[in-house]
Formats: sequence, structure tokens, C-alpha cells
Amino acid sequence: MARKTYIAAIKEALAEEMRRDSTVFLIGEDVRIGVFAGTRGLHAEFGDLRVIDTPISELAVAGAGVGAAATGLRPVVDLMFGTFLYLAFDQLANQAGAMRYMYGGQVKMPLVYMVQNGGGISAGHHHSQAVHPFFMNMPLIKVVFPSTPRDVKGLLKAAIRDDNPVVFLNHIALGGQRGEVPDNDEIIPLGQGEIKREGRDVTICAAGMMVHTALKAAAKLAEEEVEAEVVDLRTLKPWDEELVLASVAKTGRFVALDESYPVCGGASEWCASVAEKGFASLKAAPQRVSNKPVPMPFSPVLEKAVIPSVDDVVAAVRKTLS
Amino acid sequence: MNDTILDIYTRMLRIRRFEEQVGKLFSQGQLPGFVHLYIGEEGVGAGVCAALRTDDYIVSTHRGHGHFIAKGGDLNAIMAELFGKATGCCKGKGGSMHVADVSIGMLGACGIVGGGLPMASGAALSARLRGTDQVAVTFFGDGASNEGSFHETLNLASALKLPVLFVCENNQYGEFTPADKAMNIKDVADRAGSYGIPGVIVDGTDALAVYDVTTAAVARARRGEGPTLIEAKTHRRSGHAEGEEAFLAGQQYRSEDEKAAAQAKDPILVLRSTIIKQEIATAEQLDELDRDVTQAVAEAVAFARASADPAVETLYEDCWI
Ligand SMILES: Cc1ncc(C[n+]2csc(CCOP(=O)(O)OP(=O)(O)O)c2C)c(N)n1
Ligand SMILES: [Mg+2]
Repeated sequence: MARKTYIAAIKEALAEEMRRDSTVFLIGEDVRIGVFAGTRGLHAEFGDLRVIDTPISELAVAGAGVGAAATGLRPVVDLMFGTFLYLAFDQLANQAGAMRYMYGGQVKMPLVYMVQNGGGISAGHHHSQAVHPFFMNMPLIKVVFPSTPRDVKGLLKAAIRDDNPVVFLNHIALGGQRGEVPDNDEIIPLGQGEIKREGRDVTICAAGMMVHTALKAAAKLAEEEVEAEVVDLRTLKPWDEELVLASVAKTGRFVALDESYPVCGGASEWCASVAEKGFASLKAAPQRVSNKPVPMPFSPVLEKAVIPSVDDVVAAVRKTLS
Repeated sequence: MNDTILDIYTRMLRIRRFEEQVGKLFSQGQLPGFVHLYIGEEGVGAGVCAALRTDDYIVSTHRGHGHFIAKGGDLNAIMAELFGKATGCCKGKGGSMHVADVSIGMLGACGIVGGGLPMASGAALSARLRGTDQVAVTFFGDGASNEGSFHETLNLASALKLPVLFVCENNQYGEFTPADKAMNIKDVADRAGSYGIPGVIVDGTDALAVYDVTTAAVARARRGEGPTLIEAKTHRRSGHAEGEEAFLAGQQYRSEDEKAAAQAKDPILVLRSTIIKQEIATAEQLDELDRDVTQAVAEAVAFARASADPAVETLYEDCWI
């Protein structure tokens, strides 16, 4: 084990998978320089053929990934910000997620789209959105949103080895975060959540940056002798419903925390499942904590008010206790 | 013409001094988010906007401070916006990449590369349907000309003969990728041909030349003869975004020679020497203008600093009507 940053863990995962499997390649805008540094230095090792800088043409690049995946390669398409995936929407919604099914199983689609997701860096609306619900809504596309260096590495390796299209979201404000990363070839299976803190009174479920918000809220609640259990989903689709339901069976209270909009957002999805399948164990109505439903404002004061805060989470937990 | 030349020079100087100040503030950690400076490209924004009327439209880019100022935007309002203050041109909700002042036809900067082009054709269409002779101009980079939105919009505007100008600021880089690695043509203007519109190349460091080609393209658009693609060859003297050196951590993407060449062709010095040579103004007069502009920028900083953050209650303002 060594302590590494989230970004360093991404780079390690990419390098290790590229060494291991010559069909893995990296394509995107400025991947050599590495705008988020996760791809930095890989060109020196893997060369022009496997580390490919592209024109600023998201739709074409996303589609090139689809075509390459359908014909036997394992592309990792780096499109920088989640919002740039909007420009590539057609190739994800109409092709990547559907081709295998539509063509009766004739193709595999081992394809990873890697982008930064979420807000908190005062970059304005076009660079601060959490885009994961769009892709959770697309059938047969997997969505991953890690919260720690260890998870980002193990999950990225799993995503690259997966034969299905994966939207892999790195939280934009977590790049410099440090944590233990195992030296071995750890693979964290997609679809497996993890309990990041155990507790008996209430279950808080989250992913990405919100896991840290949940952990801070749990620490605060512990001062009031409320023990919150924090479930890190890690993969948003398929998600670890079993783990969440088991936790709710124990605690009887549920707070779904997600950095996205309440309508059709992550929190809504998790609450719906818990209400549907865990109703019998609930002692109080499940609560959603989501972004405020406005475009992301630039002002740090306003941006802070949009993204769920520790206090928002504590307040939601209190509601389940009253 | 002398007034126009001085007007263009003033616009350029306002941009330069503003951007220098923004660079300084950013490096001191006083500005939230990140900023893309227009230093070195002033000749394009100023030359184009001087050829427009206030009621003509412009649509800008992520590198949009210069366009805002060139169109006549208020320095206090844009500086306060960059600080995220309530007195900013967008009440602190937009920030550097989203500055706008619709009252002077500045329809907004845009953080999405290529995101501005389609809107500009809509503004031009609107002018036609409302029966005015306004034109719309969209600025965009060499990199943006590789987006689908560029190609779709040029074709649409050509097919509908819209009164719109496409102004490509070719600074030879999209972030850290040289234009010649991103396209196999030298001139973006060549692309005009495939959409059946004129493509004009101009030296973007020569603001007066930019003014001339824009004036001709605007006249053509007002006559109902359709769009023009203007490619202004220019240099970005600053980094892609401020703070680039730290971020690149020693990686180089343009040679020292190239940087020096970019520094050598300063559009402001070019125009300054023309003005002095043609005796439109003296060096002393230009220096005084510089002091006034510098003072106005300092006042803008003071205004922004003294302004309040937006109240949290404004979060839900300007949503549905
Ligand atoms: C759709 C989209 N893709 C990528 C980016 C990231 N990005 C921001 S600026 C930029 C370079 C743009 O190059 P160019 O159009 O030449 O403008 P310049 O920065 O040189 O003025 C890129 C790739 C973005 N903001 N939007
Ligand atoms: Mg450029």
C-alpha cells in the first residue's frame, strides 16, 4: 500500500491495463499533455498509435470509440468534462448502448468514456455539471463514479476489462485527494458498493464527492450519538441495491444523497427502490438530498448553495429521526 | 476615419489593460474558477466590433472578455462578474466564460467550444424575420472549426442566406494541440468554399485590416447576400488558460521561438505606430489614453472588490418567468 492521489491512481490503472492488453488504447483531446493529468506521460510509453490526440470533435471521437470497440479493440475515450459528452450524445444513446442488443448480440462494446463530473470549482455552468443521470437513463450503459484513489484505480481497471460500454466519471474536485492504493492488481467489480462507515441508526447512500460529504455528516451526527452508515455505491449502474437494502434493513432509515438534480436523479432512483423493496424495514419516510434545480451558478457562494452540504445531509437525517 | 482608428485603438487598449489586470488577479488567487485571456488577439475583436452597430449581435467564446469589451461592455460590470459579485454583468451567475450584455448585442461568452455558432445564425434569422438590417457575428477559434456545430451552422446559414459573419480567430492552437495536428488544411477559410460562401483571410494583428474586411462582409450581409467566413490569423500571447505553467509541470507545447514570434507581433504596438506615423495622435496623447484606461481598470477592480456577493436568495431568481 502506498498513498497516492486520485489522479495518480487513474494514471496507474490506465498504464497497467495498456501494458497488460495491447488492444487497449487512449483517445481524446490533449491526452498527451493530460488536461486532468490522468493521462499524462502515457504517450512516452505507448506512443502515437495508442495515445491519440484528436481534433475538438466530441461526436466523431465518441463514435470512433464505438467503431473500434465493435471491431475488437478496447478504447478509452477521454472527453475531459462531463458536459462535453452532451456533444457526443447520439453515439452513446443511439449506438454504444444499443448496438449489441439491436444487432442481436453480434457485437461486443468494450468501451470506456472517461470524463470529469460534478461541480465545486467555480467553473460556471458549462464546466460544473453532474451528468451521470443522463447515462443512468440509457439502457445497457454502465456508469461508474468513484470516491477514493483506491476505488478509482480498481474500478477503472474493471471498466476497461468489461465488455460493455461504461461511462467512467471522475469527480472534478477529487483529483488531488490522497489515499491508500494497493500495489497489487486489485480489480473492484462494477456494481459492487462498499460500506465506508458502519452505523446502526440511518443509512446514507452516495457516490463520488458526496461520499465525503456523507462521511463528514456522519462524523457530525456521531457527536449527537447518531450512528450513520455510509454506503458508497461506486457504480451507479448497475448499482448495489442489495447492499443498500441490507443496510436499510439494519438501520430502518434512509437518506439518498446525490450531486445531481432531484427529478430523475440518483437520489430519486435509490429512494424509489428502497420504498418499493425495503418498505417493511423503514421507520421513517426516506429522504432525498440533491442539487438545487438550477443551472450551476459561477459565484462560489451560490455554487455552494446548489451542491448538497454537510448540513443538508444532517438535516435530512434528523428528519428521518423525528 | 481618424476617429475610427482611435476608437479601435481605445477598444484594444481597454482589452489589454483589463486582461493584464485579470492575469495578475488570477495569479494572486483573487479570482474564482479559471480564465482564458485574449492578450495578443485584441486586433480581431476590436476591428470586428468597430465595424458593427450597437444593435448588431455578437456571440463569443470561452476567451470572451475581449469580445465583451470590444462591443462596448462596461469594465466594472465584467470585472465584478469575474469576481462572482452581485453587481457583475450576469449578477455573478455567469463568470468568466459566460459574460454577456444583451443590451449592447453581446449575446454571451460560451464555455462549450463551438457552442456559439448555432445561436448566431438564430440571431441573424431573427433579424431577418423582424425586418431589421442587423447582422450577427460569431467568434470562434481554429479548434472550434473542427466541431460539427461549425459545419452545420455554415451550411445552414449559407442555405438560408443569413446575415451572419463567422469570425475564426486562428491562434494556431486549441489548448495544447497545434492546429496543424488537428486539421490537414492550412487555412480555415478554405472551408467556406464547401458551403458556398466567401472565405477571407486577414492578418489579425492588423486591426485596421480586420476592420476593413468586416465592414465589407457586414455590408454584404446587410444587402441580403448571406454569410462570410473571416479567418483572422492571430497569436495567443498568454497561455491557454492562466496558471498554465504550473499545470503543465514542465511540459512544453510550443517552442520558445514561436512564443517570441508571437510576442514580436503585438497588435497594439502595430496600431500605435501607425497612429503616430500618420499623425492621428501623438505618443503623448496615446500615453495619456493609456493612463486613463489603466485608471478605469483599477476603478473596475475597486468596484468589484467593494461589491457584495450575490445573496443566497438569488439562487432562484431568473428561473421561470
Ligand atoms: C465542446 C468542448 N470541447 C472541449 C472543450 C475544452 N476546451 C476549452 S478551450 C479549448 C480549445 C479551443 O480552441 P480554439 O477553438 O482554437 O480556441 P482558443 O482557445 O485557441 O481561443 C478546448 C478544447 C470545451 N470547452 N468544449
Ligand atoms: Mg485556437
